[in-house]
Amino acid sequence: MTRPQSEAEYLARMVPSSVAATSLNRRTLFKGAVGGAAALSIPGLLAACGSTSSGAAASGGSAKGTVTFGSNASDATPKKSFAAQVAAFQTASGNTVKVNTVDHNTFQENINNYLQGNPDDVFTWFAGYRMRFFAAQGLAGDVSDVWPKLSGYTDGFKSASTGDDGKQYLVPYDYYPWALFYRKSVWAAKGYTVPTTLDELTALSKQMQKDGLVPIAFADKDGWPAMGTFDVLNMRVNGYQFHIDLMAGKKAWNGPEVKKVFDAWTGLLPYHQSNALGRTWQEAAQTLQQKKAGMYLLGLFVAQQFTAAEQSDIDFFTFPAIDSTIGSDALDAPIDGMMMRNKPKNEAGAKAFLEYIGSVDAQKIALANDPGNLYPNSGVDTSSYTALQKKASELVGSAKNIAQFLDRDTRPDFASTVMIPQLQAFIKDPTKVNDILDSIESQKKSIFTA
Amino acid sequence: MSQDYPLVAAQTAVQTPTKAPRLRRGRGRRRLRGADRIIVILMVTIPTLLVVGLVWLPAIASVLLSFTSWNGIGGLSTIKWIGTTNYENVFTNYPPFHPAIQNNALWLIVLFLLATPFGMFLAVLLDKEIKGSRVYQTAIYVPVVLSLALVGFIWQLFYSYDQGLLNSVLGTHIDWYGDDKVNIWAVLVASGWRHVGYVMLLYLAGLKGVDPTLREAAAVDGASETTVFFRVVFPVMRPINVIVFVITVIESLRAFDLVWVVNKGRNGLELISALVTQNIVGEASRIGFGSALATIMLVIALVFITIYLATVLREEK
Repeated sequence: MTRPQSEAEYLARMVPSSVAATSLNRRTLFKGAVGGAAALSIPGLLAACGSTSSGAAASGGSAKGTVTFGSNASDATPKKSFAAQVAAFQTASGNTVKVNTVDHNTFQENINNYLQGNPDDVFTWFAGYRMRFFAAQGLAGDVSDVWPKLSGYTDGFKSASTGDDGKQYLVPYDYYPWALFYRKSVWAAKGYTVPTTLDELTALSKQMQKDGLVPIAFADKDGWPAMGTFDVLNMRVNGYQFHIDLMAGKKAWNGPEVKKVFDAWTGLLPYHQSNALGRTWQEAAQTLQQKKAGMYLLGLFVAQQFTAAEQSDIDFFTFPAIDSTIGSDALDAPIDGMMMRNKPKNEAGAKAFLEYIGSVDAQKIALANDPGNLYPNSGVDTSSYTALQKKASELVGSAKNIAQFLDRDTRPDFASTVMIPQLQAFIKDPTKVNDILDSIESQKKSIFTA
Repeated sequence: MSQDYPLVAAQTAVQTPTKAPRLRRGRGRRRLRGADRIIVILMVTIPTLLVVGLVWLPAIASVLLSFTSWNGIGGLSTIKWIGTTNYENVFTNYPPFHPAIQNNALWLIVLFLLATPFGMFLAVLLDKEIKGSRVYQTAIYVPVVLSLALVGFIWQLFYSYDQGLLNSVLGTHIDWYGDDKVNIWAVLVASGWRHVGYVMLLYLAGLKGVDPTLREAAAVDGASETTVFFRVVFPVMRPINVIVFVITVIESLRAFDLVWVVNKGRNGLELISALVTQNIVGEASRIGFGSALATIMLVIALVFITIYLATVLREEK
């Protein structure tokens, strides 16, 4: 490095390239001084320290070394699964992986500060809008050259891993579909059959009520489960493309299309478990497990609330068609993946780790340790899937369009500060739907144009 | 202060007659002046820097940020100046805001009218040295010591709709946490539960410090228990009363933890502090908007601080 010729040049070197790209002048420096005092921007200053030191370290460029890995897998089962994969990677490659596990929700809530601070070389995240957003902000590293080395991934997974600039930023390691789950034994005893239209679903719900069951278990205390109901209804009423445009802020929430979605939902609400706003998804899943409810719309992870012996009694079907011209071939199937930080300390090692995570070997280990998910690499032997996993994998395989989930498909500020309270307001009082939709639209405008 | 003055003067008067000590003291003062000055400068500047750096600058930065739009990502040059738009949105385009103001006010009223007097009442009872008063003290104070996560968990066991103690024992079907007309009261009970213990301990400590001869004198004059408390003990406890009042106001303004544990401050449990957190700390990162909410909270707090300071200063005069 040459000596800096001026003070400005010297200061410019202390700033990470992502920030430096946005011309540095006296005014931005002054703003830095003011904002730096705010506790919130302290991570930003730390980012400056972290990135400069990593820039120097990355020039080493050897594949052998230490890779740091930030994991959100705080639950016992996925944690064990990652530990086994990391151990196998260390033996195979000679690299050392330092795993830094953080509580799942905390990881997600702190992601902004984490990525701007000193993130690990590789970290867990999700496909969707947020992944593309971080990529566009220069907070994630381009892993396009890992993708040609991955075999067994369909184009669907590749496009879900692609940023706005056409480069790949994610390597998927598992996914799970959302569907209506039920207990085979209950359905067999009562002689229920799988509904394929909304009318059949309504008729079935009425029958279940007569039989003393809650037709559809429901919980929304935490705010996100109702998003799954909205997603699937919107994809059934208006189709996948409208749903994605709506999530991107391109369509109006108070237009006739969205109104129709909420009309359909209003029609189904009497068959949903009441008092949903005080219930967690675990409690709702237990009403299904205790045979008090007939169905439950949730992700495959609902199986966690069932005992090992009951696993084979769980079955599901995709949400039935509402509009026959649109059909029922779109669904929510969120993809979990790993990303690389911008300018990792050990880039070669990080890419080797990502390549390994996407390999058949790694996903076989994952399957052996965690049967609660599906694994994206088609080389994984599906004969070792449970019946439930096999069926789930067929469902996703036959789906024409896959959405990620409301809070992964749209801006997080919109999803958490607008959609959660407004969906809860709708569940509380569906008659206020017009006011609610007007409010969503007006808040959306203030957020998307800000 | 004026009462103390003769005492100080008397001491000085005893020490000053001889010349030698005065000289020695004079030399000592000169010798220590350098070190003293440094110590005084340090004692003034370090706390000042801490207060300015950790309180004033962040507060001013928050106020400044409240006029901007920023998602917390990228350099500070990505901050956009948008005038009062955030405030307009808070008041006209943010449904949770009005319930939050109402809930904060309700919180203050309930703590002030119910929890605080009840805590004082328990303190007066326990001050009577009744049998097993230590056990009662501990039992009432335990909620204050418990960690927040544990408090949330304990009340979840009571309030859960499907599996909670209250609904099973009472045979009711009340959605304690989910029904937005009920949940604020459910949380206020839990909050009062902690607050009562806190006030009780503070007040009990104060009562122990009241000169027993005052009560005896009043009793000899034929005053009843109630009269003794309201006419003698309560006025004597004035400093403690002010502290208890201030703590009640502070607790109701910074109320946050319980609603956050219950449902992150949504659906009937909106509080300004929870809204600030939802907007700034989580994934949302609406830094400017959240700062506007924080500034509004600061203004409300300033109203109470001004009233308090005005009262205290007026009385000192």
